[in-house]
Amino acid sequence: MKYSLLGLIKGAGNHHKDWPAAWRQPEPKPAYDVVIIGGGGHGLATAYFLAKEHGVTNVAVVEKGWIGGGNTGRNTTIVRSNYLWDESAHLYEKSLKLWEGLSQELNFNTMFSQRGVMNLAHNLHDLRELNRRVSAIRLNGIDSEFLTTEQVKAFCPIINTAPTIRYPVLGASLQRRGGTARHDAVAWGFARAADRLGVDILQNCEVTGIRREGIRVTGVETTRGFIGARKIGSVAAGHSSVIAAMAGLRLPIESHPLQALVSEPVKPVLDTVVMSGAVHVYVSQSDKGELVIGAGIDAYNSYAQRGTLQVIEEQMAALIELFPMFSRMRLMRQWAGIVDVCPDASPIMARTPVEGFYINCGWGTGGFKATPGSGWVFAHTIAQDRPHELNAAFTLERFSSGALIDEHGAAAVAH
Amino acid sequence: MHLIACPWCGPRDEAEFSYGGEAHILRPEQPDALDDAAFANYLFMRGNPKGVHAERWVHTVGCRRWFNALRSTVTHEITAIYPMGTPRPDRAP
Repeated sequence: MKYSLLGLIKGAGNHHKDWPAAWRQPEPKPAYDVVIIGGGGHGLATAYFLAKEHGVTNVAVVEKGWIGGGNTGRNTTIVRSNYLWDESAHLYEKSLKLWEGLSQELNFNTMFSQRGVMNLAHNLHDLRELNRRVSAIRLNGIDSEFLTTEQVKAFCPIINTAPTIRYPVLGASLQRRGGTARHDAVAWGFARAADRLGVDILQNCEVTGIRREGIRVTGVETTRGFIGARKIGSVAAGHSSVIAAMAGLRLPIESHPLQALVSEPVKPVLDTVVMSGAVHVYVSQSDKGELVIGAGIDAYNSYAQRGTLQVIEEQMAALIELFPMFSRMRLMRQWAGIVDVCPDASPIMARTPVEGFYINCGWGTGGFKATPGSGWVFAHTIAQDRPHELNAAFTLERFSSGALIDEHGAAAVAH
Repeated sequence: MHLIACPWCGPRDEAEFSYGGEAHILRPEQPDALDDAAFANYLFMRGNPKGVHAERWVHTVGCRRWFNALRSTVTHEITAIYPMGTPRPDRAP
């Protein structure tokens, strides 16, 4: 059923007791044209765009837990497209443009809020680099502007801009079209929309092996039995190396914990996203009123979905220097997601040497913003068996050709 | 949080250490002889196992010496600490 105001009013008359499930819980079919491994935002978006843009509806999304329970539900929900290099700028801008119409497209409120994303500069090098980036981004036709310290204070009055702090705020870049979205709603919205187009979403269905005949894949072994597939798309984030190993591939990826935390909810106090690569913290306020805080990865490899306290101590120290008024806030929850870090901080969305096996991974700490764009280009790559021009550069082969896309500077924090 | 037994300084808090990534990756003796794919394999490709990982650590704010460890990437349990340049201890993966 289509969600609408009228439907909401009708539902209210019945105390909202008759809402149907947003997607089916089907049994696995013996085989599909395409099996997507990973029911996070990227995987569900891939399935949705396969069905909608390419008419490939005999698709299953297999998810080992519940959809959106991995990094989709663990990130800090920031959306932006302020990337330096042309390849990334065009990819993330495509995604941002999809975000701008996503709630209507999916008939599901993703609560996308273009409240602006501000990246702070704290030293002369930061200032020069920010100016360079602002110019590069504008040359690619993407909104970006430079703010002086006074403009930063006017845009976000609660930031401490005193020149006496250890790392004073000397300026910032601002992307006004950037912002945040409701992460769970993105997974649910794509799941519901894909389900309506015939995609089977198979939860609690962990992939344990990939079956091959020669160099061609024939299906996936799962905890719910073998599922045949002409094509397999792996969108497994932190577990990408594990899935790739099942297909006999090695990836230039290492998995790390990325921690985040939220404070107790308070009244509206911060109406934008503030990020600082130099003092290592980023923060926004959710619609529930919690501060959502994140920083860099834990240095060691891990699949454990937990990290070390010192990483949190460092980011909280940075946060309190920038926002002294937060010093007495209590923190409610802390968690970690397992991120797939690539050496050049750019993703891989490509065919592989194994026929019928496609990978979408290496998003590291910055995958959420790319959710719709990633699904859009990856669906094209799988359906057409060749990349779209937007992801043509994001191959596995770039690690041997040397055509890396170094976006370490576009991440909010160093990795 | 890890408690890491430095071979020289004893068990110390993880905050004192720095991570050196996967161990036992040897620089090719003749890099010029490798093709691009083989060099990429040396430079970028990693095992990234879910389970026991052989990896390098350095006691940055202590003795500043390097060593290898076997550590589970699932439980964070460290099951062996051994000198660099020696083979990986024979443990079930």
